[in-house]
Amino acid sequence: MSDSETDLKSNVGQQFGRLPATPADRTVEGRVSRQEVLEFFDERFGIDSSVFEPYTFWEKGKGKIWIFAEDAPTPIRIEGLGMTVLRTRQEHWKPTHSAVQRFGHHANKNVIKLSADEAAHFAQGNDQELPAWDGDWGYLIATHELAGDWVPVGVGLYLYDELRSTVPKGNQEALSVL
Amino acid sequence: MNPLERYAPLVEDRTAFFAACKRPLPSVVRVNTINATPERAKQALDEEGVGYETVDWNPHILRLDERGPGTSWPYFHGWLHGQEEVSALPAIALDPQPGERIWDSCAAPGSKTTQLSAMMDDTGIVVGNDNNLGRLSALRHNAERLGVTNLAVTKQDGRNFSLKPFGFEAFDRAIVDAPCSCEGTIRKNPDTLEQWTLEHVHSVAAIQKGILSRAIQATRPGGTVVYSTCTFAPEENEAVVDHVLETEDCDIATFDCPLESVRGVTEWEDETYDSRVEQTHRIYPHLNDTGGFYCAKLEVTA
Repeated sequence: MSDSETDLKSNVGQQFGRLPATPADRTVEGRVSRQEVLEFFDERFGIDSSVFEPYTFWEKGKGKIWIFAEDAPTPIRIEGLGMTVLRTRQEHWKPTHSAVQRFGHHANKNVIKLSADEAAHFAQGNDQELPAWDGDWGYLIATHELAGDWVPVGVGLYLYDELRSTVPKGNQEALSVL
Repeated sequence: MNPLERYAPLVEDRTAFFAACKRPLPSVVRVNTINATPERAKQALDEEGVGYETVDWNPHILRLDERGPGTSWPYFHGWLHGQEEVSALPAIALDPQPGERIWDSCAAPGSKTTQLSAMMDDTGIVVGNDNNLGRLSALRHNAERLGVTNLAVTKQDGRNFSLKPFGFEAFDRAIVDAPCSCEGTIRKNPDTLEQWTLEHVHSVAAIQKGILSRAIQATRPGGTVVYSTCTFAPEENEAVVDHVLETEDCDIATFDCPLESVRGVTEWEDETYDSRVEQTHRIYPHLNDTGGFYCAKLEVTA
């Protein structure tokens, strides 16, 4: 570990810290940068970085990234700042359900289109066999057709021909097959 | 004593008032324009076979024919939010603009807060405060579900709220949807009258005065403050507004109430209030087939 690495402060769980612009600007150990977050959404889902241009990104709790419409002093000790958007402290970064519902319509990559029946299963939190998918494994944006467009239902984890629903318990719902 | 009897002398049509208080409320949703236009939300309801009617005073508010809003696709997607019709009023009276700084002093569970965010196109900042952690978690959940990114959540006592964390001096507007005796929610919570006491009316009125005073102090000169409750008690309504007209730098601002309302009262029991409180709005359940409500708009003068 270099000297500069050991100088990094550890993350404080009770406050929000703004993400540094680039990895070189990092002052808190393990904290990702804004640039890496934008690259993740662009590379994984094809969401253009311009979509996030007006927003600031924050960390509260290890690897829990929040997106906020304005700027604020950093660090800031409050209960909430915008919306949770991404979890970054596992090997594979996971976008949140709310982020995908809010920004998922900008995606054009790793988007899996579900039938009416599959979408209803997914919204209820059920896993299902979907061997027809021949794209990447890992986190996908699951969509279904509603009111004339493909609408994100949530984040799915695709592994071994199976799509696992990660819709949070509090959002799961038994809905009609459209 | 039925506390509603206490307020019946204020109401013109006593029979209609009591009859409306006994009827359950219609199921009403607000279209969350952060995630969908009213046209798309309606198309989704059509596809699901859910009947609705747009209220005649606001294009974003729909009365549903039957079931609650929690079991439809547009609700799942955060296109709709269950919100009592009359509770959409204070945000409309406040009229927040995109990019502004707004304080919502008693924000949880967040129907009005998220309505403010939507009216601001999810830009600027809404500081949603509440003093109860459990209620704050409901606020956070609703805001996430509705895709709100301009909300900062704080847990403070509204009476001595500090702006220190935010690094700015004053809000452009503030909304005080105060804790109250809640008889106006009788159609939703029939047990609400069982807990009613006159002691509570007086103690909660003191809290209301404290929070509304702080809201006026925390808002810039020329800014707007809206005060609302779901009680009929003049002690918690006109008396609170009368108090801040006397003690804080503010004046009554008029607004066109889109729902049928009656004027605020200037006399109650042994008290008389500043005549300006006549320009505040009382809404009784039978006037628009809603819950009961009170709403006042104030301008900060210095």
